[in-house]
Amino acid sequence: MVDKNQLRIATRNTGFIDPESVESYIAVGGYQALGKCLAEMKPADVIDLMKNSGLRGRGGAGFPTGVKWGFAAKYASDTKYVVCNADEGDPGAFMDRAVLEGDPHNVLEAMAIGGYAIGGNKGTIYIRAEYPLAIARLKLAIQQAKDMGLLGDNIMGTDFSFDIELKYGAGAFVCGEETALIASMEGNRGEPYTKPPFPAEAGYWDKPTIVNNVETLANIPAIIMKGADWFSGIGTETSKGTKVFCICGKINNVGLIEVPMGTSLKTVIYDVGGGIPGGKEFKAVQTGGPSGGALTYKDLDAPIDYENLVARQSMMGSGGMIVMDEDDCMVSVAKFFLDFTMDETCGKCTPCRIGSKRLYELLDKITIGQGTEADLDKLRSLSDNIKDTALCGLGQTMPNPVLSTMRVFEDEYRAHVIDKKCPAGVCADLLEFTVVDEKCVGCTLCARVCPVNCISGKPKEVHVIDQAACIKCGACLDKCKFDAIIKQ
Amino acid sequence: MLNKILSFFRKPKPNSDLANQKERKNSMQTSTCQKTGECRIPDRATLPATLYQQLAEFVTTLPTKEGHLVTVLHKAQSLFGYLPREVQEFVADQMDESLAKVYGVVSFYTFFTMIPKGKHPISVCMGTACFVKGADKVVHSLKQQLGVEISEVTKDGKFSIDCLRCVGACALAPVVLVGEKVYANVTADQVKDIISDFA
Repeated sequence: MVDKNQLRIATRNTGFIDPESVESYIAVGGYQALGKCLAEMKPADVIDLMKNSGLRGRGGAGFPTGVKWGFAAKYASDTKYVVCNADEGDPGAFMDRAVLEGDPHNVLEAMAIGGYAIGGNKGTIYIRAEYPLAIARLKLAIQQAKDMGLLGDNIMGTDFSFDIELKYGAGAFVCGEETALIASMEGNRGEPYTKPPFPAEAGYWDKPTIVNNVETLANIPAIIMKGADWFSGIGTETSKGTKVFCICGKINNVGLIEVPMGTSLKTVIYDVGGGIPGGKEFKAVQTGGPSGGALTYKDLDAPIDYENLVARQSMMGSGGMIVMDEDDCMVSVAKFFLDFTMDETCGKCTPCRIGSKRLYELLDKITIGQGTEADLDKLRSLSDNIKDTALCGLGQTMPNPVLSTMRVFEDEYRAHVIDKKCPAGVCADLLEFTVVDEKCVGCTLCARVCPVNCISGKPKEVHVIDQAACIKCGACLDKCKFDAIIKQ
Repeated sequence: MLNKILSFFRKPKPNSDLANQKERKNSMQTSTCQKTGECRIPDRATLPATLYQQLAEFVTTLPTKEGHLVTVLHKAQSLFGYLPREVQEFVADQMDESLAKVYGVVSFYTFFTMIPKGKHPISVCMGTACFVKGADKVVHSLKQQLGVEISEVTKDGKFSIDCLRCVGACALAPVVLVGEKVYANVTADQVKDIISDFA
């Protein structure tokens, strides 16, 4: 799927080369960047180049990669670690898996470059145990690189040695946070700790450690080869390069795309994504996963970069984009995300552990029709409190789905608490299924499919739904061939 | 009081006498059961000694014990299929850690389970893309068809239902996994056929 709106840097090789062949990677220029660093550049030059390129972390927060490397290089230590964060826990995003499965050597090469730049010789890839194919390909790639002298002792005949090992995650979303990730790599519960000290000073086993996301690393060999000016020429003022997005949900073309920073949401959804299926109306797109927020038609022309998304109470996150249409209820979506964070909070700090539960309870109350206007104010003030007081990124961004949906869809929240109606027709407790007398022909089909037998009526006569017994499953609505049943 | 606390953390050896075993089997059923209701945890004697042997051998291949608790638990779960208290005790022994620490790690990560899975474990992806495309309806249908709740096993031990956060196959949403087999774009109506594939 090549089109003019896309530009592939991080995913430049995925799908084009044989991921199980190191020769295939070398044939497209692989390991030349590492060779260039070792032969022509000092570690400080590599860091300067990264700083000048303007590359920022693609895992979520967007911290400048070169600056992070510079910190780690500054601290003297016998051992330093380069950690690749491949714990892609964000529901609705799989770009890291695609890169690891499609171009594993790219990540290994970038890690070795990172090691050379900061003066470290140990690399660890922290990868989800749920990605067996990616694990198998990485293991194979590491072995191939070692056999060819591209990893291990005295790489390419120089003094530089670098080794990479794999560590497996065990399903904890919070482990995407770098301090939690380090705790997990050390074999503990993946609970974050307060910074400073930053991992660049004291991370894995208290040694200077840089933690970089897969997609960030995947950009690096290309930047080394083509130069900082080339990379910083792409994108916007503050966000350079490209970003991989995973567009899915209610959209025609689902899958991974890579576009320059600053591309408008409209281009992504309508030109690249091909619009909304079934002639439905576009309603919102959730970016940044459970830490992000919803963007609407009002934001369609906004250029996508780190700052613009934060200004709209969302965030870049790892690049998941879930498109929603008119049939999705935003209160339910916010509740879904809170259910997720409530489950994934590590429990260490109170605002996150208890706050997520209370937010969820308030949203639940609203979706079953027991919410009041005062609850909306509570939601807002509680969200603000959590943002200000939580320990790590997970907690601080957890109220974003609530705040952003309340910002743009306040009328929908109000409809739930005041009129006790769900405009999108999702919240079962607020729905009523009724038979339209003029349209019903008395075919008895609805009465037959009803699991609780609450529809009565004789053949060829208008049927009636017993509201008290109805469980609002919608089976009758789906089966009726005459559009004689409506939900409202 | 102190004795009581100490005895809780005391690590009994796997080959303790029968009476002790019986007592611990009872306490195990209450301590490892995460749900109310019936808990089908097999008798401790059914866990084969050869697997313990394999696990102990795996521990000796590690460069260090420090920092490899999660690695060992991964291995243990791949051997036994789940991590009941007795396996946790064995791991604690092997790794020179307290049982409390091992339990803390096991209960923290969703990948580790203390309840055995069915012969065909069914996992429904509940990532955002799957949710938006109606995975909740699929779960509802599965629960109805099999008559069990999430993370429970059917009476015949054949199926268990679990919800996963994201399997990274968002373009195929909603996704259902049965063992290693992947079903894409699943609707509630298809659940019956999926189950009958394994009947």
